Amino acid sequence: MIPLSLIQSTAETLMDKAAIEIPQDYLDGLKAAAKTEDGDLSSFVLQAMLDNYEAAKEDRRAMCGDTGVPRWFVKLGNEARIEGGFIALEAALRRATANATTGVPLRPNRVHPLWRTDHNNNVGIGAPEIEYGFEPEGDWIDLITVHKGGLFGTDYRMLFPSDGIAGIKRFYLDSLVAFGKRGLACQPAIIGIGLGGSKDTCMVLGKRASVLRTVGSRNPDPKIAALEDEFKELGNSIGMGAMGFVGKNMVIDCNIEVGYCHTGGMQMSVHAFCLSSRRAVARLFPDGRVEHRTDPDWFTPYQRRETVDWKPQREAAE
Amino acid sequence: MSLREVTLSTTPTAEAIADLRLGDIVYLDGLIYTAREGVYMRALEEKANIPMELPSESAANFHCSPAAVIREDGSFDLGAVTATSSFRFTKWLSEWMEKTGAKLIIGKGGMSSKDYKSYFVPNGAVFLSTVGYGTGALLGRGVENVEAVHWHEELGIAQAMWVIRARRMGPFIVASNLQGECLFERENAKIAENLDRVYEGTRPAVMKRYGETDDRSDEVIG
Repeated sequence: MIPLSLIQSTAETLMDKAAIEIPQDYLDGLKAAAKTEDGDLSSFVLQAMLDNYEAAKEDRRAMCGDTGVPRWFVKLGNEARIEGGFIALEAALRRATANATTGVPLRPNRVHPLWRTDHNNNVGIGAPEIEYGFEPEGDWIDLITVHKGGLFGTDYRMLFPSDGIAGIKRFYLDSLVAFGKRGLACQPAIIGIGLGGSKDTCMVLGKRASVLRTVGSRNPDPKIAALEDEFKELGNSIGMGAMGFVGKNMVIDCNIEVGYCHTGGMQMSVHAFCLSSRRAVARLFPDGRVEHRTDPDWFTPYQRRETVDWKPQREAAE
Repeated sequence: MSLREVTLSTTPTAEAIADLRLGDIVYLDGLIYTAREGVYMRALEEKANIPMELPSESAANFHCSPAAVIREDGSFDLGAVTATSSFRFTKWLSEWMEKTGAKLIIGKGGMSSKDYKSYFVPNGAVFLSTVGYGTGALLGRGVENVEAVHWHEELGIAQAMWVIRARRMGPFIVASNLQGECLFERENAKIAENLDRVYEGTRPAVMKRYGETDDRSDEVIG
């Protein structure tokens, strides 16, 4: 049984870490980008960002004033048990979100879409989102918080099989160029692409590809992995850099996730995780151990399974 | 690096503004206030009295909501400071400048050269962009003190009018000048020269959308 108090205290720590500490994989990616950048304005911007990450950590203040919209991804091992059950878990995550909003502090970004009511704590109808995933083994839970920023850089389009890779490339470039101008997408960013599913799941796949996969990770399908390399290269050949200034670095990495879709369609979504790629992860065990990390490790073989039954379970049954 | 660094007062002289060049890196000293849609609507549409002496106290309008909290004892805790996209405020800005004498509009992404020529230049104002849009911690360090928070009960923390005393707050980039030229449009034009080559081998979608453009010199703002 995982204690509820541990869940809430860990969740508050994660909120703080996500807002303040840039994940190492993104930092390494941005440093590598800064080395190759030769546009004078773009270079200045990248150096300022690197200074900013240091300042945030030194001062323990949020790295960006727009602290995004906090949300939660919860991954549970099949044997995990939570004190108070899921209702208690959700209350703890909502409470941690509210507490961290005043504690860090974060910007109370969440408002009612029509009445603009602001509870000043980032909690409201449907906020924060809490999404779940499961793994076949384990008595642990993973708490993952992502504070995705930005109103720009994300788009969806229904493509069709006849659009092919050439059509996918066009929509990818259109998204980068349109939202890259003036730096609206807060690039260079981790770009996530969702392909397939339905409209809603396509958006989910693309968003998760950008926020739940790390820089340097590759899709296990070697042909998709090759596309990820090619798309990263393509995005960085536009000639646009940070803030939309002339430069070489638009994409720190490109991650693609797919889901089976209607036979007639080829849904596509593009998402940009901004310069402040806020994510933090911890695994909680029933004995009270907490292991912090920055890789959500969301896309396991189980999450990407394509058969009716999960193989290890079938073997166990035999 | 060939970029020029300038320290500027938030009640700048006309000469100091005229001297600014596109792409200059600016650090600010003095009082800055935040004003975005909430403040504009309240001051301009609802005609509420602006609770500051403008522009004598400050001619610097920051399009920003800080990551901040008002404590129960009434004190403020302000962490990071970052701009929000300015093009959304075009509707109010001309009237705001005339009313308040704002000379430095600080935000994200800038405006079009058409906006600069039609009401920035006549008001002797320029646009300063935050850098990378994510240097919130660096900008937060430049806040010496939060002097006041106006209208937070009416507008909420994010939309309130925060009055902050800046000490060498920055960096900012000069994104327009008194000729009405736009830094981002200059950069866009350079990048556009390369786009046909980048798009080679791609294909427009078989199903079109209303309102779509294939002219990649177009922008999504404005």
